[in-house]
Amino acid sequence: MRVKRPQADMAKGDMTPMIDMVFQLIAFFMVLINFSQTEANDQVVLPSSKLVKPPEAPIEFPIVLHVARDGEVFMGGDSFTAETLKIGLQREIAVIKAEKKSVGDANVIIRAHKDTAAGDVQEVIRVAQEQELVNFALRAKEDRS
Amino acid sequence: MKIRNRKDSEKMELDLTSMIDVVFLLLIFFVMSFKIVEMEGDFSVKMPLASSSSAVADPTDLALKLRLRANTEGKLTDMSLNDINLGTDFLALQNKVIELIGSTAPVEGEDGPELEIDTDYNLRYEYVIASITSVSGYKDGDQVVKLIEKIKFAKPRR
Repeated sequence: MRVKRPQADMAKGDMTPMIDMVFQLIAFFMVLINFSQTEANDQVVLPSSKLVKPPEAPIEFPIVLHVARDGEVFMGGDSFTAETLKIGLQREIAVIKAEKKSVGDANVIIRAHKDTAAGDVQEVIRVAQEQELVNFALRAKEDRS
Repeated sequence: MKIRNRKDSEKMELDLTSMIDVVFLLLIFFVMSFKIVEMEGDFSVKMPLASSSSAVADPTDLALKLRLRANTEGKLTDMSLNDINLGTDFLALQNKVIELIGSTAPVEGEDGPELEIDTDYNLRYEYVIASITSVSGYKDGDQVVKLIEKIKFAKPRR
């Protein structure tokens, strides 16, 4: 009944190299992990451009608008059309005003899908302009080729 | 010497199971939340509402107007800068811009030339970005030479 020796033998394998490797892997992924909110949206594939560079300083008061292929606009977690976007923007502007800043300080970041109709993007810009927003950033993917 | 040997083998008897469990959990967490981030950048454009800017427009300013035309699928068919037809060649557009604004010297801040983009409604956005790329500058080695920094859009065409 007490013949349990083979099992005890198995547990005695040397774990050191495996633990070394696993710690290496953990260190690798920990260093590379990026928790920063890249505020991406699955429905948006950005156009690419050779000239854009990642911003050096974080943008002040960003309002990120994702424009999907069919012209649907996403802001925060909600979806809007160009017509209803006004309501969402007013909500954002209320937040900015509550922080005693002017509307002109806000930056509208437009992340539009590369196949979106340009007119839809223009409509979005026009709606934002009507809310007295003046700073726009058209976001593109960096093309290093 | 023999005594030390016995001590060593006693040390190895530590139970590593729980540590390995936790370490694997950590590893899985980091692997799962790992995502390669694509570098993104912005074209910053200052665009107040059109009516106010046209009222104070300086007539001595170089008025550059880029017209982009699209077919029904949203593909760029041709573009013209100040009524000079350029086909679909973005390099030609860039050369024309360099020719029109006179110098390739970097233009400082607010006083640079202004370009208005007038595009067909259904043109794909990537062509707009491509044209903005070619008019706003070019890369000279690692250096970026800036051309036009003030860009605005004309009224959307329905």
